[in-house]
Amino acid sequence: MATMKFMCDAERCIECNGCVTACKNANEVDWGIQRRRVVTLNDGEPSEVSISVACMHCDDAPCIAVCPTETLYQRDDGIVLHDKDLCIGCGYCLYACPFGAPQFPKENAFGERGKMDKCTFCAGGPAETKEEEYQKYGANRIAEGKLPLCAEMCSTKALLAGDAQEVADIFRQRVVQRGHKDGAWSGNPRAETDSLAYDATQQG
Amino acid sequence: MNRSTPWRALWRLPLLLLALVASLAVAQLALAQADPEREAATAVPAVDADVWRQIKSGETGPNYRDSRYASDYNLINASGETWRMLRERWVSPFGVIVIVGMIAVIALFYLMVGRKKLDEPRTGRKLLRWSLLVRSLHWTVASLFIVLALTGLNLAYGKAVFRPIFGDGAWAAMMSGTKLIHNYLGPLFGILLVVLLVRLLADNIPRKHDLAWFAKGGGLVGKGHPDAGFANGGEKVWYWLLATAGIAVIVSGLVLDFPNYGQGRDTMQWANLIHGVGAFGLTAVALGHIYIGTLGTEGSFEGMATGYVDETWAKEHHNLWYDEVKDQAIPEAQVNAARSAGSGDQPASG
Repeated sequence: MATMKFMCDAERCIECNGCVTACKNANEVDWGIQRRRVVTLNDGEPSEVSISVACMHCDDAPCIAVCPTETLYQRDDGIVLHDKDLCIGCGYCLYACPFGAPQFPKENAFGERGKMDKCTFCAGGPAETKEEEYQKYGANRIAEGKLPLCAEMCSTKALLAGDAQEVADIFRQRVVQRGHKDGAWSGNPRAETDSLAYDATQQG
Repeated sequence: MNRSTPWRALWRLPLLLLALVASLAVAQLALAQADPEREAATAVPAVDADVWRQIKSGETGPNYRDSRYASDYNLINASGETWRMLRERWVSPFGVIVIVGMIAVIALFYLMVGRKKLDEPRTGRKLLRWSLLVRSLHWTVASLFIVLALTGLNLAYGKAVFRPIFGDGAWAAMMSGTKLIHNYLGPLFGILLVVLLVRLLADNIPRKHDLAWFAKGGGLVGKGHPDAGFANGGEKVWYWLLATAGIAVIVSGLVLDFPNYGQGRDTMQWANLIHGVGAFGLTAVALGHIYIGTLGTEGSFEGMATGYVDETWAKEHHNLWYDEVKDQAIPEAQVNAARSAGSGDQPASG
């Protein structure tokens, strides 16, 4: 079975926030919640670089490990979903997540955070009806055979989503095409010894 | 007209040359891009090890931008995995070990040594040990402690125990109730524990005879009772555990319970670890406290239940205190009479 992954090609990301907007539009998430964000390092400097971040649907997801109510679970295709009926808003997933993906609609006294929300890879979540699913989790595009809208609408195709193997193949192809002597990791002093471009060429 | 045509066309020549040169230049540029060395020099800057190191450090710099509304988080939460590992590999097993271990030790102790009975017969004369205020505080704090311990244990281990038994619906209700109870009663427990600690401080100042008490193992095993004042060495240890670890649990709990003050993820990770270690440890010690105060020692429970202890109990367990207050002992009938008359406690001690 396929393993679904996101990948953001930082050399292509132009910080347009199209993915953020597409996500909000596709999933109609609550005010203040933004499942995807774009982070720019060294904005305005020659070394400026941007990357789009959301839930990365980790293989060994820390959020699943620490959740006291088993709200979070992983599908066979690697997508990490959450069950809003189980969430108690303790915030542990947020402490553990490497990407700051889980968000809460509130942050009030006595730990009143409301139900956690995060990227579903546009795969919805557990619900009785389609309407309920959309209302709670947003779109289930995966069920319709479509990929997450953020990646589909990325203007520079920096953000890739899909089967990990295919995403890797596309990225590898780009690396070869770019012809950096050290592949995507340009400027990495270790690239020569690691011979990343060489590997990429072999398989691309 | 025919003759003049070639001359007229001549003006096109320089343009043609220009176009040729220009196209060569473009081709040259394309060639240059295929050259890895030069491409690397003009490409989007490096996302190299230094960049990742900076990201991992959590240091963001003035030109860091995050498009998310009110986001105060950096790109990568590197401490999240550390917190997860400390919690899953150390704190959670620690809790099971100390609590199950303590239950096993108490059960074994009870089976081997049994209940510590009074050596002498009761005199029937009573001494006031705990005032109504202290008893009320004690039982309120104790009840809250038990509720918080049970809900806390459910938050930590419930998913391994109850979800398979109850199924999702009941489990969800149970967990949200658990969290509500824990979060709302926690601060109340904190306030009342501090009041109780302040009230009992004077009785729990460490004294020299406490060392001798520890040297004799508190008289827990074997015959004879080491010297003890109003509070013995063991009670003082429990007091100071609550005054240190207890306060740490309360403070860390408040940090976790009030995210509205904007404390960061890292702060809450540490608060959670301190809260877990402290609370599991105190729960284990509390089991010992409960055992000694109820099943373990004859005559102790009635002190906290009625406020009065028997003279014999006071003499054996708290001889130094007994020497101070022995002339205040009153017959049991008088205690009962006073209680039924509703006049409350006799002023003996507190």
